[in-house]
Amino acid sequence: MEGNGNNKKAWLYLLPALVFLGVFMVYPLVDVVIYAFEEKFNFASQTYTGVGWYNFSKVLHDPYFLQAVKNTFIIVVITVPLSTGLALLISLGLSSIKPLKQAYQTVFFLPYVTNTLAVGLVFMILFKKTAYSDGMVNLLINAFGGESVDFIDGPYWAKMLVMCLYTVWVVMPFKILILTSALASVNQDYYNAARIDGTSRGRIFTRITLPMISPMIFYLVITGFIGAFKAYADEVAIFGVNLDEAGMNTIVGYVYNMLYGNSGGYPSYASAAALILFLIVFTITVINLMLSKGKVST
Amino acid sequence: MKVVLQHVTKQFPSLNKKSPEPVTAVRDFDYEIPDGKLIGLLGPSGCGKSTTLNMICGLLKPSSGKIFFGEDDVTDLPPENRGVGMVFQNYALYPHLTVRQNILFPLQNLKGKDKLSKEEMNAKAEEAARLVQIDALLDRKPAEMSGGQQQRVAIARALVKRPRVLLLDEPLSNLDARLRLQTREEIRRIQRETQITTIFVTHDQEEAMSISDQIVVMQAGEVHQIGRPQDVYDDPRNLFVAKFLGTPPINVFNGEVRDGELLIGGSAVLAVPGVKAQKVTVGVRPEGFVLEKDGPLCCSLQGVEVMGRDISVVSTHPDSLNVTIRSIISAENMAEVAAPDVRFALKPFKVFLFDAETGERIRFPLS
Repeated sequence: MEGNGNNKKAWLYLLPALVFLGVFMVYPLVDVVIYAFEEKFNFASQTYTGVGWYNFSKVLHDPYFLQAVKNTFIIVVITVPLSTGLALLISLGLSSIKPLKQAYQTVFFLPYVTNTLAVGLVFMILFKKTAYSDGMVNLLINAFGGESVDFIDGPYWAKMLVMCLYTVWVVMPFKILILTSALASVNQDYYNAARIDGTSRGRIFTRITLPMISPMIFYLVITGFIGAFKAYADEVAIFGVNLDEAGMNTIVGYVYNMLYGNSGGYPSYASAAALILFLIVFTITVINLMLSKGKVST
Repeated sequence: MKVVLQHVTKQFPSLNKKSPEPVTAVRDFDYEIPDGKLIGLLGPSGCGKSTTLNMICGLLKPSSGKIFFGEDDVTDLPPENRGVGMVFQNYALYPHLTVRQNILFPLQNLKGKDKLSKEEMNAKAEEAARLVQIDALLDRKPAEMSGGQQQRVAIARALVKRPRVLLLDEPLSNLDARLRLQTREEIRRIQRETQITTIFVTHDQEEAMSISDQIVVMQAGEVHQIGRPQDVYDDPRNLFVAKFLGTPPINVFNGEVRDGELLIGGSAVLAVPGVKAQKVTVGVRPEGFVLEKDGPLCCSLQGVEVMGRDISVVSTHPDSLNVTIRSIISAENMAEVAAPDVRFALKPFKVFLFDAETGERIRFPLS
């Protein structure tokens, strides 16, 4: 009896949270799936002609979507390993120096607290090439005898280079923060024991430090993949809202365009694209989990 | 391998900006640790014993003084070139490696002409595991073992390289009481079998006394006394050493010497010929009391604790510096204990006199 009463009370207390979750999380998620399978959905009249895979087929044959998928994958494959590796190097450096440690930490953490659009502006200025003036990077290239490159509005590789640099720079502070604290939490006795046993620095790193912080590295890789697959705002910050035209769109950008962009008003296509993105992220995360099994010590 | 500490001093820079004088953790430690012995560094927290250990293993460099292993000056050698094995207080076993991998770890570091083949390494690791009796647990991870087993693994890892000196930092502090007894016997046995000069640090005097060949009593960076445990117990150099060793602890009284007589609370309790008249601090070991009907030391009885073979008489005295006086009496004399007062005579060789100011021992001839 008493247990039952408590149960009812518990549900009562949970109700506000459940209502909010239901309205703002569960319902939209279900709705996305429904949209994705409603064929020829008309937003104005809220009608559709059938149920099936048409939206997926349409999206998968859309060159803009394929370009977005390609861009997203390039960004993911380049930035996730690069940013994690660099963050690890910087954290190792930070934890082995004493003087000015705080100052360096602040410098490395600045991008995290800086507005994305402001950072984007800085990158635009760094990399720009207009008829009147060149950005600092181009000035440097000129100084070494090279030709100016239009990084913002020029060839695909140049734009992708800027995009990847920008992404790495933006996501690194958080990783540095996590890794420095992970490194600091490794008991000094392990290092002392290893030193007394005459362990070389390289071996200390691979056999002690890395395994000890592997749960954190793993966490960063997984969240890094997910974050990179969801990239959109950073692209807008550098190339503006018309990403399809710049050829720099991402999957999330495609979803946004289908909903609100110039060609907007296609919630069905947007939903199908979103579901495809979900499937990709899900698959990659499962692969990550399987790869790390047994290798990550907890 | 004998270990020689020559006037070793360690100072740490002060972290307190108001008093920039460096903090002296160890002052003028001068001692030759004989070959193949088990030495206990004993003292309260912060007395510099762990610092001394870290200087011997090379993790810390002495501010002044020299350290020799045998004839080799190792003062400036990094830890890896000293050939020491160390067991840390928390064992520092690598949690992601199995017991076997943990024990193999120091061997895999060997380079050049010392490099061993896989078979040799495995044989050595298994030998070390057998020595500490964990050879059945080689494929476990440290987290799957009890504290005592982890301790053994740590010792095996320290021994597998055949170190010249074995160092143990508070080896028993993480074990429960029963395991502690068992493990200290074990450490003694392993040390006897390997004949490796072993130095261990502890704040537990019983632990140090029970297994050490020699103990070094330290306080606030100073070495107070070095010697065989029984000698130090029977002949403490000062009040600190006397108070630090022994359970139950020594009973301390305010006393006075007048005309070759020791007075406590105005009554002469012991003849101390040749000691000049002065105020003294008197230490009496619990086993130094003899029940006597007309004994000179009169205490008010608080209670009697029966411990089987012995009884422990708890009493108070106005001049006692301890809250209660605890005396260990053979149980056969139990009938003689009756309230409200209990009278004792003192065994002269269990009574120590100390200078009331400095705490230094004042000796008197035992007749």
